[in-house]
Amino acid sequence: MFEIGLSHYLTVAAILFAIGIFGIFLNRKNIIVILMSVELMLLAVNINFVSFATALNDLVGQVFAMFVLTVAAAEAAIGLAILVIYFRNRGTIAVEDINLMKG
Amino acid sequence: MADVNLPDLTPAMPEILLAVAAMGLLMLGAFSRDGGEAAALRVSRQVAMLGLVALGVTLAAVLMVAKPSAAVTFEGMFILDDFAIFMKLFVLVGAALSLFMAQSYLELHRIARFEFTVLLLLATLGMLLMVSANDFLGLYLGLEMQSLALYVIAAFHRDDVRSNEAGLKYFVLGALASGLLLYGTSLIYGYTGTTSFAAIADTLHGDGALPPAGVIVGLVFVMAGLAFKISAVPFHMWTPDVYEGAPTPVTAFFSVTPKLAAIGLLLRVMLEPFGSLFGQWQQIVIFISVASMVLGAFAAISQTNIKRLMAYSSIGHVGYALIGLAVGTREGVTAVLIYMVIYIVMNLGAFACILCMRRRGQMLVNISDLAGLSKTSPAIALGLAIFMFSMVGIPPLAGFFGKLYIFLAAIKGELFTLAIIGVLSSVVAAYYYLRIVKVMYFDEAAEPIDRDAGREAKWVILGSALLIVIFFLIPGPLVSSASTAAAALFGS
Repeated sequence: MFEIGLSHYLTVAAILFAIGIFGIFLNRKNIIVILMSVELMLLAVNINFVSFATALNDLVGQVFAMFVLTVAAAEAAIGLAILVIYFRNRGTIAVEDINLMKG
Repeated sequence: MADVNLPDLTPAMPEILLAVAAMGLLMLGAFSRDGGEAAALRVSRQVAMLGLVALGVTLAAVLMVAKPSAAVTFEGMFILDDFAIFMKLFVLVGAALSLFMAQSYLELHRIARFEFTVLLLLATLGMLLMVSANDFLGLYLGLEMQSLALYVIAAFHRDDVRSNEAGLKYFVLGALASGLLLYGTSLIYGYTGTTSFAAIADTLHGDGALPPAGVIVGLVFVMAGLAFKISAVPFHMWTPDVYEGAPTPVTAFFSVTPKLAAIGLLLRVMLEPFGSLFGQWQQIVIFISVASMVLGAFAAISQTNIKRLMAYSSIGHVGYALIGLAVGTREGVTAVLIYMVIYIVMNLGAFACILCMRRRGQMLVNISDLAGLSKTSPAIALGLAIFMFSMVGIPPLAGFFGKLYIFLAAIKGELFTLAIIGVLSSVVAAYYYLRIVKVMYFDEAAEPIDRDAGREAKWVILGSALLIVIFFLIPGPLVSSASTAAAALFGS
């Protein structure tokens, strides 16, 4: 039978990670989408950690994944908070409109 | 019951003190605010004062726990060696001076809130953990603790759209960098089977065979993430916008301590776990260094906003510092440490001058506003001129010696091209530093700036200008302690 091994998990994680990065750079619409892309990247990393931990029979990877989850939650909270004050002042969250300073 | 082994907490005493202080001040602020603008102002002053005390106590604690031999605790997650102590001292000094300068600016802009101090303390705590990290888990948590606090203080002026935008940009790109760093960490973990720096070094040292490709790819991702944190080209895009948009004391803080801590982290990661892969990462560091120096020199020429100019200047300075890492010897690392310390003194001084630039209650950020400053306020003009000359690298000011050590190390390491590019780009950079001096001394005088602007900042100008000027008389203490600190990274 077809067996699902480490390399499959790594491939999925790599694809998710790439989608996350492209989501940040190609997205021209909405900052919320950027936040989602960041989450996607962190989840790809978690898949990596957990599958390596299983393959190596080592707990460190799983512990690391727990910490990444926690930090990702804090990061999302802070990102949304900054987004809310930005929206309050500008009235828009379109990516194109973040251009008060050149660069 | 399983027996509980408490780790040895002594080496982490400064961090524990600072964490407790930050949380205590948060409680104090949250519970003593009984409504009203005046009350909030009073609380913010008290908390800022106590925050300075907390930083001072932490500094004393660092000096007390300092021991000649390295101490490792928390299952090898945390290391306290000469390198970490050196970094911690300067991180704490930089944070304390930034906090000291901030209060009057915050009050002027009606954003004096006690949260500023708490966030600054938490960011500093993250930096202390970063320079003591001895495991990728510790590294990640320290780095995130710092970054999360910094995202918020970048957007601290919450009614100012530019500050919001700075926070938002910093957040998005910072989260991207953390993602890259983590992905690299996961690959390194997978291919070496551990996240501990010491164990990775053992695994890679082995038989001199080429390491698995996964480790190299992981290393590149980690370097990309860290290059973002020190704002090196090609991960510098956020720097000018964040520096321009963030409130000026926050910019001063950004340009000093996080950079020092991130350089410390980069040095440790490159030299301890991946020291045996020197041949692999040297090329990347050389590329980053050259690109940062050149971009820092050329992009700053056309700037009119002094905060943006300082942003490009800081990109350039990181490029010079990285030359020392590209050399990869103890001498090179010593040069990086000396350079970074001199850089933070110059930068704090320069930002203190910028904080003094206020006219009729408005902050001035354009270089043209400096016109004739030498006539209207000669002391500040002299201070800023000293910092600018020092950044160019004119002897006998401290900046010259910083560059001298870096280029000497490069020449001893036979990286002649790098040294030549460094000298050439500092000649280009001289143009925009000297332009500021020219505007101050030879242009028609504009209206004078406010007399009472930046009371605390003037002390910082005085102190750092003195240090810059007399450094050549007593370079000994800094050079020898930097050399001891660098030796800790080459101990094994």
